[in-house]
Amino acid sequence: MVFDDRSPIYLQIADQIKSDIVTGALAEDEQVMSTNQYAASYRINPATAAKGFAQLVDEGVLYKKRGIGMFVAPNARDLLRTSRRDSFFAEVVDPMIREAKAIGVPLKDVVQHIRHYGDA
Amino acid sequence: MNQTLAVRTENLSVSFAGVPALDRLDLRLAPGKIHGLLGRNGSGKSTLAATLAGFRQPDEGRVLIEGSDLGTALEPYENAVVTSRICLIRESGDLVDAAAVKHVIALAASLRPYWDNELAGELLDRFEVPTNKRVQKLSRGKKSALGVVLGLASRAPLTIFDESYLGMDVPSRNLFYDALLADYAEVPRTVVLSTHLVSEVSTMLEEVVILDNGRLVTQSPVDALRGRGASIVGPVAAVDEFTAGFTVLAEERLGGTKSTTVLGDLDPVLLAEAAAAGLEVGPVGLQDLFVHLTAPTGASR
Repeated sequence: MVFDDRSPIYLQIADQIKSDIVTGALAEDEQVMSTNQYAASYRINPATAAKGFAQLVDEGVLYKKRGIGMFVAPNARDLLRTSRRDSFFAEVVDPMIREAKAIGVPLKDVVQHIRHYGDA
Repeated sequence: MNQTLAVRTENLSVSFAGVPALDRLDLRLAPGKIHGLLGRNGSGKSTLAATLAGFRQPDEGRVLIEGSDLGTALEPYENAVVTSRICLIRESGDLVDAAAVKHVIALAASLRPYWDNELAGELLDRFEVPTNKRVQKLSRGKKSALGVVLGLASRAPLTIFDESYLGMDVPSRNLFYDALLADYAEVPRTVVLSTHLVSEVSTMLEEVVILDNGRLVTQSPVDALRGRGASIVGPVAAVDEFTAGFTVLAEERLGGTKSTTVLGDLDPVLLAEAAAAGLEVGPVGLQDLFVHLTAPTGASR
């Protein structure tokens, strides 16, 4: 993954892992990389990686097994899906509607496209 | 387990023929972290690196090196107990040109108390540095690579790379970054990377020191600087009113519209205020923030 330098990297790490859990790329109870592995793979500071992982442990998304490593929490996917659903309309749909209005795409065309795309 | 060292400077000043290169610096480098020493060319990075390593005596103030096995904090200048624990690798290399690479390595092995010969051999292979050649016969890139190998294999509790890797091409620099992170994970130590290539190294750093004209601009955890800058765009009067309480880094006007770059944390309340005033707020990347923080006086401040 590529990090941008406009927001703290530990948050970008946490967000990336959350996305992997939501899409199913990381399964529940699956072990995640160690912070040192993660740091080496993405060329980032190990302390930064550790901070990102610690945040996920605090949020209940990951859990630690002593001496073994960190794992995806059994209910992590549900937890994340619920919280993303809460912000879905405000963060995804509303900006789309604003853009459609700004460039003059009728909302009925948008709705039609969504129906087609959803059925395809 | 290796020892790591903490560094402190108090009112540190160094000048050349009366011209200050470092101007009353008060710094603290926490032990066991990777620190970035950032600044434009001529900002004092190399002078600071040389003074921290004890290559140079301060004109005023002092450098103190602290480590649990050192007892009290000690000044590095002309103190072998301290300097044996510090490794400074400079772009110039400080190498004996007439010596063969293998002799340079053997010398380092005999002088460096924490030297790891296996690591040195492995890195020389990886960087493809020919060990039978004389230093003067090496290309600039291979000379830089040799410097980097010496710095990493020294495993010194305080290791300073002063732009020493800038002579290397991009693939070799990436090899260096990977080797540094891997060995740092294995043997934690205090590392200082001095550079003006901010975007290339920023993800590897934990803290940064930014110098400008020999003065300290800021010292901060690097993640805290990301997202600390913001650009505020909108009608001139509204922008000026909103940014009145902030440290302004840059201003740009285009007709009735103004874009002002500020330093500061914009909390949700302020963001809502900005939105209500019809202002657009955008993030400023670390590289841009660095450019603004070290811009020539009068240009964009």
